[in-house]
Amino acid sequence: MLGAIRSRAGGPHSLLNTILKCKSGLEPAAAAWAIGGRRNASELTVREALNSAIEEEMSADSKVFIIGEEVGEYQGAYKITKGLLQKFGPDRVLDTPITEAGFTGIGVGSAFYGLKPIVEFMTFNFAMQAIDHIINSAAKTHYMSGGKIEVPIVFRGPNGAAAGVAAQHSQCFAAWYGQCPGLKVLAPYNAEDARGLLKAAIRDPDPVVFLENELMYGESFTVSDEVLDPSFTLPIGKAKIERQGTDLTITAFSKMVGTCLKAAEELAKEGINAEVINLRSIRPLDRETINASVRKTSRLLTVEEGWPQHGVGAEICASVVERSFEYLDAPVERICGADVPMPYAANLERLAVPQLEDIVRAAKRVCYRATEQRAAA
Amino acid sequence: MASSVAARKLLRIARKPWSPSAALSVKRSGSKYFVEAEDPDLCRTGLGGSLFFRLFSSLGASHDSLLHCNYEENAEQRAAFSGATIAYTEDLQFVSKLLPSRIPCFRVLSELGKELGKDVPQLGRTMAQKMYEQMVTLQVLDNVFYNAQRQGRFAFYATCTGEEALNIACAAALNDTDTVFPQYREPGVLLWRGYGLQEFADHCIGNYQGHGKGRQMSIHYGSSKLHYFTISSVLGTQIPHAVGAGYSLKMENEKRCSVTFFGEGAASEGDFHGGVNFAACLEVPVLFICRNNGWAISTPASQQYRGDGIAGRGQAYGVRSIRVDGNDALAVFSAVKAARQLAVDNNEPVLLELMTYRVGHHSTSDDSTKYRDVAEIRHWTEKRDGVARFRNWLESKGWWNKTMEEQFRWYVRAEVIACLAAAEAKNKPPLADLFSDVYDSVPQNLAEQETQVREAVRKCPEVYPTDVPL
Repeated sequence: MLGAIRSRAGGPHSLLNTILKCKSGLEPAAAAWAIGGRRNASELTVREALNSAIEEEMSADSKVFIIGEEVGEYQGAYKITKGLLQKFGPDRVLDTPITEAGFTGIGVGSAFYGLKPIVEFMTFNFAMQAIDHIINSAAKTHYMSGGKIEVPIVFRGPNGAAAGVAAQHSQCFAAWYGQCPGLKVLAPYNAEDARGLLKAAIRDPDPVVFLENELMYGESFTVSDEVLDPSFTLPIGKAKIERQGTDLTITAFSKMVGTCLKAAEELAKEGINAEVINLRSIRPLDRETINASVRKTSRLLTVEEGWPQHGVGAEICASVVERSFEYLDAPVERICGADVPMPYAANLERLAVPQLEDIVRAAKRVCYRATEQRAAA
Repeated sequence: MASSVAARKLLRIARKPWSPSAALSVKRSGSKYFVEAEDPDLCRTGLGGSLFFRLFSSLGASHDSLLHCNYEENAEQRAAFSGATIAYTEDLQFVSKLLPSRIPCFRVLSELGKELGKDVPQLGRTMAQKMYEQMVTLQVLDNVFYNAQRQGRFAFYATCTGEEALNIACAAALNDTDTVFPQYREPGVLLWRGYGLQEFADHCIGNYQGHGKGRQMSIHYGSSKLHYFTISSVLGTQIPHAVGAGYSLKMENEKRCSVTFFGEGAASEGDFHGGVNFAACLEVPVLFICRNNGWAISTPASQQYRGDGIAGRGQAYGVRSIRVDGNDALAVFSAVKAARQLAVDNNEPVLLELMTYRVGHHSTSDDSTKYRDVAEIRHWTEKRDGVARFRNWLESKGWWNKTMEEQFRWYVRAEVIACLAAAEAKNKPPLADLFSDVYDSVPQNLAEQETQVREAVRKCPEVYPTDVPL
């Protein structure tokens, strides 16, 4: 009977359908249809999460469009924009000549005028050729124009280390963009983060830098029905406690969240109960959540893939020392990528990026469980 | 086509630089001559294409001969590459660095203001007088504000001396709702659209009523109401911005145009290349107006480029271009008006290079006598001033005279000085303006900091500076 009501009341996205789904706990077949159908509707890869988020926002608002290299005919360099050209046409999915400065400037110009561009960079390393437009044309304009010009633009693409792509394809830009007032900087970890944060970013009236991770695109996660709903968003500026703990606070973002969760399991075997915080938002940084956690655990370990000097971890350490000094039982510690341009050889690359063992060892140091010296930076 | 004479005549016409199908060949088949275009689409599309088609037809060319592109017969002589069909040649020849003659400069008034040629626009008296008065206002504004900066009344100023005629003529030729992305030497466009003298003064002084709430450097004006985007100091960024905005306008289908101004120096930026190339590919209604004023701070144009200026770059990108005498207000008016029509009707970009001279220093931080001849500056001021040229034309029509000149200049000068004094008397921006507008809504950390400051002021009011209203 419920099925009959559902089919009469409207399509899969109708309000009645949503209510019925929630109340009766029925299989969300509608959601599966919306995202293109898979065997198990509540398994979602990060790639699918991003694709569905963009598609839903483009359907909901005709001002949203996507611009970048290979986003259309090629279906996206990493297939994030798969199917969008076919669905929305070349007016809304623009393949561009090779000029990051050109298409970023054009995107910013169209945002000045009232459209909502999503500018895709093949990697954020290439965004350096357009960084002037990101900072000087997008980030500062609302302020400099006395609030008269809004820039509702999203800059997205893979950030940080991949595998075997060496120095010019592996830099993490979280700290660089995170420093700039006027920008919002997000770093999703899993499929839920990817969907919720990207939708929030597209809807946000401020310029947003959305740092994805190439190695996470293919990773699959179980998501709830709520995540699959087209109205699902996550708040910008709120971190998530991925794992509750009592002995130390580990902060991380993007791919490192996964590594830290695995490290926490290893540490649990040795009796250390770690709390893992998924930052989700680099700017604004959720200092409340981080400090509240440190006040509970008394120890801090920050983890990131980027370089140590002036990194995201440096800011977190400073914030905790400023606000929660009396609560600390041990010096704060940062785990970062090695202070070198990323090498190519697989063995050297492994040494240049934080590994599970590094995090476990650092956690033990912070808990005064080990006496080894830390590796020199 | 029946006669070889007709075919050759057609070829001579077709090979003119303005023809869209300069690359043609004549083939003979029996007693018939066929004129073949490499790319038949060139003959069919656009304004030039349709004229060409009619010309062909009027000279007896058959429909077949026009549209027939004989790939099979000429397979050896041309090949289809990705992007174009190109004829082969067996001669090892480089294309020369420059064409035998540079693109000519369009003008309709002589240096003394006499009408030349048949393309003189017919401006009515009201319009012509308004244009002249605005040019004079701009001159006086620049003069007073430059001196005010030298007196220390505000931090920085840059004049557009020598380019007033260009400014006003461009503004007058555009529609008031066309979106303008300026560089920084085009305040005339703002003036024309109704930005008041008081507003100019408030902005430069940086009081609470200035555009930008006291965050913008002086001369970095902007007005969303007047469709004039806030000036950005970073050179050349406005070029792709204008293309993006033009793309939005095209999607709105409102027959409005996007316009961007830049100097010949800024045209060396990478953004110029990306923006112009893109605008052609995306088919965007945008005008690229280059003010070639000969100097980029101390770099003369001869060191800025080696090609045929900026107009010479247009065709390389597939963009229609024209070079105009920037100090001839009537020529600028005609050209911009025609360009705008082309852009809006065909959804395509147009490139205009307005040749002029930067009479003033680059800005108040510059003394141009250090790197150029004073004689050169004097020559342009006395012999080639665009405002004087327009005035001569106006006087020749009986629409202006010496008395009106004196009275008007006196009146405007008094106005500008009064506005400046009024601006200085107003309050500076309040404390809240330090913290607002970083984002759409005030973030928590800034809200906390503002609260802390206000709390501190409440406790120690005697230490708080007197010129920051709370």
